[in-house]
Amino acid sequence: MTAPEPGSLLHPVASCADLVPRHVVKARLLGQDLAVWRADDGFINVWADRCIHRGVRLTVAANDGAELVCPYHGWRYSNRSGNCAYMPAHPSDAPPRRLRVPAFRSEERYGLIWSGGSPEAEPPRLPHLEADDTLVLRALPVNVPPDLALQGLHECSYQLGPAAGDAASISCDSAGPFAVAVTARTGSTEEIVVHFVQPVDGGRCVIRPVMRGTPAAGRRLSILRHHARQLEELRARLESSAGSRVTVRGPSTALEPLPRPSTTAASGRAPQLEVSVARKWLTAEGIAAFELAPMSGQLPSFQPGAHVDVHLPNGLVRQYSLTNGPGLTSVYRLGVKLEPDSRGGSRCMHDSVHEGDTLQLSEPHNNFPLRRDAARTVLIAGGIGVTPLLAMAQTLERQELAYELHYFAQSDDHLAFGEVLEPLSTGLVKHLGLSPDQTADEIEKITHDYGAASHLYVCGPGPMIEATRAIAGGSGWPDDAVHFEYFKNESELHDTSTFEVRLARTGRTLMVGAGISLLDSLRDAGVDMPSSCEQGVCGTCMATVLEGQLDHQDVFFNDSERAAGNQMLTCVSRAAGERIVLDL
Amino acid sequence: MTITDGRQTEPAIGPADPVAVDQWYALTALDEIPVGRAVRTKLLGVPVSYCRDHDGAPLAWLTQDSLPAGAPVDARTLDAPLPTMADYGYLWTTVGEPGGALFDIPETAEPDRRILNAGTFGIFTSGPRAVENFLDMGHLPFVHPGVLGQQPFTEIVDYQVEYRSSEIYAVNCLIFQPKAAAASTSGQMVNYTFRVPHPLCALLYKSTPEDDVRLDVIGLFVHPIDDGRVRAHLFNCLLDTVNTDGQLRRFQQGVLAQDKPILENQVPRQLPLDPDAEAPTRADKTSNAYRRWLSDLGMTYGVVASTQPGL
Repeated sequence: MTAPEPGSLLHPVASCADLVPRHVVKARLLGQDLAVWRADDGFINVWADRCIHRGVRLTVAANDGAELVCPYHGWRYSNRSGNCAYMPAHPSDAPPRRLRVPAFRSEERYGLIWSGGSPEAEPPRLPHLEADDTLVLRALPVNVPPDLALQGLHECSYQLGPAAGDAASISCDSAGPFAVAVTARTGSTEEIVVHFVQPVDGGRCVIRPVMRGTPAAGRRLSILRHHARQLEELRARLESSAGSRVTVRGPSTALEPLPRPSTTAASGRAPQLEVSVARKWLTAEGIAAFELAPMSGQLPSFQPGAHVDVHLPNGLVRQYSLTNGPGLTSVYRLGVKLEPDSRGGSRCMHDSVHEGDTLQLSEPHNNFPLRRDAARTVLIAGGIGVTPLLAMAQTLERQELAYELHYFAQSDDHLAFGEVLEPLSTGLVKHLGLSPDQTADEIEKITHDYGAASHLYVCGPGPMIEATRAIAGGSGWPDDAVHFEYFKNESELHDTSTFEVRLARTGRTLMVGAGISLLDSLRDAGVDMPSSCEQGVCGTCMATVLEGQLDHQDVFFNDSERAAGNQMLTCVSRAAGERIVLDL
Repeated sequence: MTITDGRQTEPAIGPADPVAVDQWYALTALDEIPVGRAVRTKLLGVPVSYCRDHDGAPLAWLTQDSLPAGAPVDARTLDAPLPTMADYGYLWTTVGEPGGALFDIPETAEPDRRILNAGTFGIFTSGPRAVENFLDMGHLPFVHPGVLGQQPFTEIVDYQVEYRSSEIYAVNCLIFQPKAAAASTSGQMVNYTFRVPHPLCALLYKSTPEDDVRLDVIGLFVHPIDDGRVRAHLFNCLLDTVNTDGQLRRFQQGVLAQDKPILENQVPRQLPLDPDAEAPTRADKTSNAYRRWLSDLGMTYGVVASTQPGL
């Protein structure tokens, strides 16, 4: 039998006990430096020990329980995916999804963290040990190649017996290609210690002994001491006998990072990933909550304010905001309000989608990004409009940035996601049962004193957003400080015009006829435009305009952006004149 | 001393990188150099020694066994001294043949300027990594919080990078600073200009609390011991009538002490010039320009050279 490639196996890189909460542990496996950390949700991340921006070791980063924060420029990397979640130098940009720290597998067994290996590799399952009943002894780094350490463990096993070693009979056997099990029998008692050898690189390894069973509390310390001393002696012997061997410190075999979360390439409005409904519950009067888990692998990363397209069983496509705060990366959590005049979207989510069902989603789009460089952040939520703002509030709370979340709802029973609101108590202000006029008065009070570096985010029913924008504008809030996201475009859409579109990059010209959207005309011409809501709300199908007057029909742009006239949403907006030129 | 222009042959000593070898480097602040006693160091990995003679003029030579550290030195009998200059308060020398004079800092001619070496720091990094850190705005709120930057005001608004007579200039670089200088009493938006006139020397110009027109000048002059170790000199040329030298030094040293652990945790220590090796953003325009400039110069010392052709 040929020995398996070290790179195809999982190896221990740390002891579970090393992963102290909110710390980052340094490890090295097969020449790859690793940063190992546990998030507050228990997930263990094994990442390349290097910030992708400017090369700083992530073992000096801060673990905030949900993200690692590089100390150099404050780049934040998400639990699980390793995706960059925020670049503080560019507060209004969502980092591209390709910005990602290479992440490796992580498994727990026998009190150790295992990493590396081919995708199908498993940590060893040994007859010598029981999975949840072990004592992890002191690990010892040794400056010899792994094969010499394994050989030394075999040859010197007679030295590795228990403290009362005189009467013991000692045997040893290979417990897989990178472990030696030492069994000592004294009378009827048996002590088994498996010595796992972690191949650090070509010239170094770490011996990680794990003992079967849990000794009595009174014996624990003497056992740990005894084995630590024996292993010390073994190390001295190994290192002196290996002195003449050339040690190689470079990588012996390259570690293969996990592939990025797999989705099909973004194209048009096609779904890109498949999820299952892991949990569905009624979170408030008329509001169903959903937790959607990936069918395999991990979910693509997202930023606060993001939404996904849900492709419903009845063929409709609907946009729902992610309520996830940082750290919740195992599922997407959505809230869906049953609309009395539902055109089939919310009705279907409430009545026809059940736990265990499979749904098709787009990747998260974020056209409602949260800046985190504000002196004051005001979040104004009307009813179900709270969903994207919940993601924002949790992010600001976690980063200890000041914010106010003003949640307007009919009554206490209409407040969604109480379990998320609860820990936000400092920033949360509830406004219950107010009339539209009373609501306007409250918004007036909230926004009356505009100060520099303040930002306002509003999401809710259309009239409430209109009112908030008008009131804030009147109080001196500039357009670029007021961010909004509508649920739907309630304005009447006109598509009777006919116009010519020139595509500057390809030099092509096409005609958009009455009754056909610009988006559809572009797609007919072979331009692969992404889109999501297709009603002028979300901003996904935006194009840059180089020439021509525009007939904006969306509810995405603010007044200054409309006036600038250099961008348009192709799903609903059209040329005001006979011709426009797009940067496509 | 004569300096010959242009050179066709490979350098006789030091690394096989004529770009790095044929430069002047600031070894030490003049007022910190002992008179008549040898001090040993390395420059680009080459053992060199230096001292001042009894007239105060700087001397440097390739280290000789006959002159151990601390040995008395007689300038008249010193064999084959290296070229030296005394400029901006430092001893400059070279193990190659620089094709010209040192870059000019016109502000040093103004009579009311405070000129001093505010500190020399040994750092386990390469020269280019140290210079790039000096040119970087985005780290200020994180590495120098409460002094040169403050969270959450972390945005780097767009600025301009220009090449002027083969030097790099980055202009209109704005950042909010709670305490921009030792003489500051309150926070302010500060406008920086960065200038890179030498592969391992950079200057910044920033507004000062004491003058509405003229700017403070702060320089980083790197002495590369080898390609993973430097001594970084912080040059000050300030308009400051308030602080003592000791206070100015304490301010700058506090700043550099915050940069040192970051620089010593960058891997690799050498600066990668391949555009794909590290992920830049718009805020990194100056460092992108610096990396490209080093690449175009053909610098190979202290960098991981780009493998991409045509750069």
